[in-house]
Amino acid sequence: MTRIEFDDVTVRAVTADGDRTLLAGVSAVLTESRVALIGPNGSGKSTLARLVNGLVEPAEGRVRVDGIDVTEHAAQVRRRVGFVFSDPAAQLVMPTAAEDVALSLRTRHRSSKDRRAAALAVLESYGLTEVADRSVHSLSGGQRQLLALAGVLATDPSVLVADEPTTLLDLRNSRRIGQLLFGLPQQLLLVTHDLELAAQCDRALLVEDGRVVADGPADSVVDHYRALA
Amino acid sequence: MTGRLAGGALLGLYRPGRTLLHRLPAGAKLLGLLVFGVVAVVLSGPWTAVAVLAAAAALAAWSGMGLRVLLHTLRGLLLIAVLLGAFQAWQRGWPAAVESVADLVALVLAATVLTATTPLDALLDTLTRLLRPARRVGVDPELVALACSLMIRAVPMTLDLAGQTRQAAVARGLQRNPRALVTPMVVRVAAQARATGEALQARGIGDRD
Repeated sequence: MTRIEFDDVTVRAVTADGDRTLLAGVSAVLTESRVALIGPNGSGKSTLARLVNGLVEPAEGRVRVDGIDVTEHAAQVRRRVGFVFSDPAAQLVMPTAAEDVALSLRTRHRSSKDRRAAALAVLESYGLTEVADRSVHSLSGGQRQLLALAGVLATDPSVLVADEPTTLLDLRNSRRIGQLLFGLPQQLLLVTHDLELAAQCDRALLVEDGRVVADGPADSVVDHYRALA
Repeated sequence: MTGRLAGGALLGLYRPGRTLLHRLPAGAKLLGLLVFGVVAVVLSGPWTAVAVLAAAAALAAWSGMGLRVLLHTLRGLLLIAVLLGAFQAWQRGWPAAVESVADLVALVLAATVLTATTPLDALLDTLTRLLRPARRVGVDPELVALACSLMIRAVPMTLDLAGQTRQAAVARGLQRNPRALVTPMVVRVAAQARATGEALQARGIGDRD
C-alpha cells in the first residue's frame, strides 16, 4: 500500500474576518487499504483529503505520498492519487461521457482514435457503454458519479481519495458506489458522513475543529463519534 | 441540474452520425467555418445574408440534426436575435436588421454544425496541432486548445445555470428583479469556473512536470 504522511500539517484560509485555521498540527501516517475520514461539517476532513492530491497546500508542515512531497512535486503525486468530488457535475468537464474519460487519457494515448477506443473500454468496464455519446448533463446522478469515478480510475492511480462520493445519491446508487469503491484494488481514502460505510474501513480518523481527535480501527472510532453526537 | 437548457443548447455537444460532415477531418471543418464566417461578414446586403443563412440551414440539415433539434437549438438565440433585430431596425432600418439577424443566426448554426459533427476531443487535437508553432514563443498548445474546448463547453453549462437561477428567482417570486437574476447567476458561473479548474487540477490536466 501507498504510504501517506501528514507531518505536523497546518492549513489556513484567508477570509474577510482574517486568517482562519482549517487544520492545526495534524500528524498521521496512513498505510491501510481503506481509511475513512469522518467528522462534522466544516471540521476539516475535506481539507485533509485535499492535501493528498495537492488541491490544498499546507501553511506549515509536510504531506508526502510514498515519500514524495506533495507541495514540491504535485504533478508527480497526482499521477498516483486520483480524486473524486461529491458533486460529479463539477468534475465532468467535457460534453459527452466518452470525451470526458478520453480527456483523462490524453497523456497515455496520443491519437484520438486510440483514446476513444481506450475510453470506450473504460466505460464498458463500468457498465456505461450505452451512455458513451450522451451529454453528461442528461445522465442520472448515479451515472454521473460512476462516470466521474471511471474518468479518475482510467489513469490507474494507486490511491483514490473520495470526498463524500455518495452524499448526493439516492440509497440505491449510494450502495452501488459504496460497493464499487470497496471492491477497487486502489488504496481508498474516504471522506464520508455515511457511518455504515466508514465502519467498513480498516481505519478511521475523526476530525473536529481542524484536529484529529480519534484515530484507530474504524468500528471503534465510528462508535466513539456516535457517542459524541 | 435541470438538463433542460443544456440539452437545448446544442453548441458544444457532439451528436454521432455517419454523414460526410461527420467524416470530414476537424481541421477542414474549422477552415470551412472560418471561410464561412469571413464570407458572412464581408458580403453585405439583406438578401445575401438570407442566402448565407439558407446555406447554414442546409448544412445543419445535411448534418442530420433534424428540424426539431434545430429549432430547439435556436430557441435560446431567439431572444437575442429579436432584441438585436429591433435595435437595428430602429437605428439603421429593416435591411440592416435582416442582415444582422440572419448573419448572427447563420454563424451560430455553422458553429453548431461544427461541434455537433466533431468530437470535442478531435477539435482539441486539431487546435493543438495548429498552435504547435506558437510553442516557440512560450505558448503551450495543449493548454490553449483545452481552454478553447472548455469555452465551447461553457456555453450550454452557462445556459443551464441561467435556467436554474431563473427558476430559483421564480420560486421566490423575484422573476422581475434583475438583481435576483444577475447576481446569483454571476456568482454561480464564477463558482462553476472555479470548480472546473479544481477538477482539472485534481485530474492532473495541465500539469507540466
